[in-house]
Amino acid sequence: MARREIRLAGSGGQGLILAGLILAEAAGIYEGKEVAQTQSYGPEARGGASKAEVVISDAEIDYPKAVQPDILLCMNQRACDAYLADVRPGAVIIVDGSLVDALPDDAEVVSLPFTRIARDLLGREMLANIVALGALAALTGIVSLPNLEKAVLARVPKGTEELNQKALAAGVAAVWEYQAAGKPMAPGAGDRDQNPPP
Amino acid sequence: MPETTPPSPRPLLLQGNEAMVEGALYAGCRFFAGYPITPATEISEVMSLKLPALGGTFIQMEDEIASLGAIIGASLAGVKSMTATSGPGFSLMQENLGFAVMAEVPCVVVNVMRAGPSTGLPTHVSQGDVQQARWGTHGDHPIIALSVSTTWECFALTVKAFNLSETYRTPVIILSDEVVAHTREKIVLPRPGELQVLERPRPGAPPEWFIPYEDTPRGVPPLPAFGEGYRYHVTGLVHDVRGFPTERPDEIAPLLNRLFRKISQHFHDIQMVEEYLTDDAELLVIAYGSVARSARRAVADARAQGLKAGLLKLITLWPFPRRLVEPHLGRVRAVLVPELNRGQMSREVKRVNQGMTKVETLNRIDGKLITPGEILARLQALSGK
Repeated sequence: MARREIRLAGSGGQGLILAGLILAEAAGIYEGKEVAQTQSYGPEARGGASKAEVVISDAEIDYPKAVQPDILLCMNQRACDAYLADVRPGAVIIVDGSLVDALPDDAEVVSLPFTRIARDLLGREMLANIVALGALAALTGIVSLPNLEKAVLARVPKGTEELNQKALAAGVAAVWEYQAAGKPMAPGAGDRDQNPPP
Repeated sequence: MPETTPPSPRPLLLQGNEAMVEGALYAGCRFFAGYPITPATEISEVMSLKLPALGGTFIQMEDEIASLGAIIGASLAGVKSMTATSGPGFSLMQENLGFAVMAEVPCVVVNVMRAGPSTGLPTHVSQGDVQQARWGTHGDHPIIALSVSTTWECFALTVKAFNLSETYRTPVIILSDEVVAHTREKIVLPRPGELQVLERPRPGAPPEWFIPYEDTPRGVPPLPAFGEGYRYHVTGLVHDVRGFPTERPDEIAPLLNRLFRKISQHFHDIQMVEEYLTDDAELLVIAYGSVARSARRAVADARAQGLKAGLLKLITLWPFPRRLVEPHLGRVRAVLVPELNRGQMSREVKRVNQGMTKVETLNRIDGKLITPGEILARLQALSGK
């Protein structure tokens, strides 16, 4: 696999750095790829803008940061405003539809309500990062779902494994529905009581 | 061999700072004294978790002066020792660094560089302490400083730093930076025995015949641990072969010359560089630390555009690896030295260059890493295409 760059952006507290770590471990440890993971570092990480980047490649990785992301995940409006213009042409852009409403007309964006799915379906907004990871992997194939699940389970606190598995599955299911519908999910689409298994 | 370093059966994802701790433990470091400071804190943090479990000692000191003092004492007691800090703490360490040079105490000092001067930009990357590592402590003295640019190097060069420090009885500085320190990369920790681990020379003579600072062919006197029965005096004053202060010119010059000679006659062991596509290079980038990673990418991109570019990555910054740099300067059309300061290493390149080729600089001091694109643009300009 040629070099692929993934940027995960949002606000401090949304678990984006953990998500970056999990994605890097899924690709590096469980899939045997070369990886480099960097993140925003500084006072702004607490409550302000937060960002994690993962570079995945079959070859040795030189520059460890993203230059032109191939995959961009924006978990709030500010992240969209800051990073939408940076991506490589043809990049996959995924946004949290529950927190992002203003998108450029010409932007090709997959909008899924990660935070609402986490809140309504799983009862915890803090799982939005794992829901988003499941969706990102299902949509892009950047890592396989079984390997992503292994990486998630190795990182999350004891006792929350089942909840996190459900979160991953919910993210995958959201992508399936999105693809079946052929359009961005309508409001309220997260109000399901059943997940198809990934 | 340290039997206590656990082999990792599968790869780990580690930050540079974490890998440095693993490297130190692999090399047999069992004493760490330090004062946490951004962006080096993870080194103290992980040391405080891992050292006690290995029977080692971690002490959080009151400041960085005391931190280096503590590791000098621990080293003289026979324990491989390390401290880690960033610019402000490194400034405080300069006095004791000179003492370690003069008293020939093996120890490893990590400086994870952040932007200065003073408290500067704590969370931002810099390479501003390169000349400080060379000349921060007073007096004419030799120093060894290594630069790291990947997680693997944070491990392997920390092992090497301990080896050099023990072999030559000298403090060794590792210059890291915020980007290298916090980038997570995959690493498979070597098993014991896979990497060489060296110990300081020990006296062969019985205590009553022991002359502590007597010259040897390698220029490195043996170092017994305090408490082993060997009596010797440790001082920062210029001393005679028995360790007591002297003002006799016939004793002063031999000591100071030996301190230089023990380093200079082992340049082949101490000086390290890494070459990338240099064989037919017409444009040479000389870089180190995190910037070397941007440079490697820029060189690859330049090659893809048909430019004959190459990278000479400096691993040993001090003593400046002149014998490894000079041959390239006589061969290439131009050299570019990108660095996160106003030109601290390019000064050395220019000093060695003596007009052989064109040496240009690319400097950033705004707390941001130089990008591959910035280097590539300069290579394109230098090529005239």
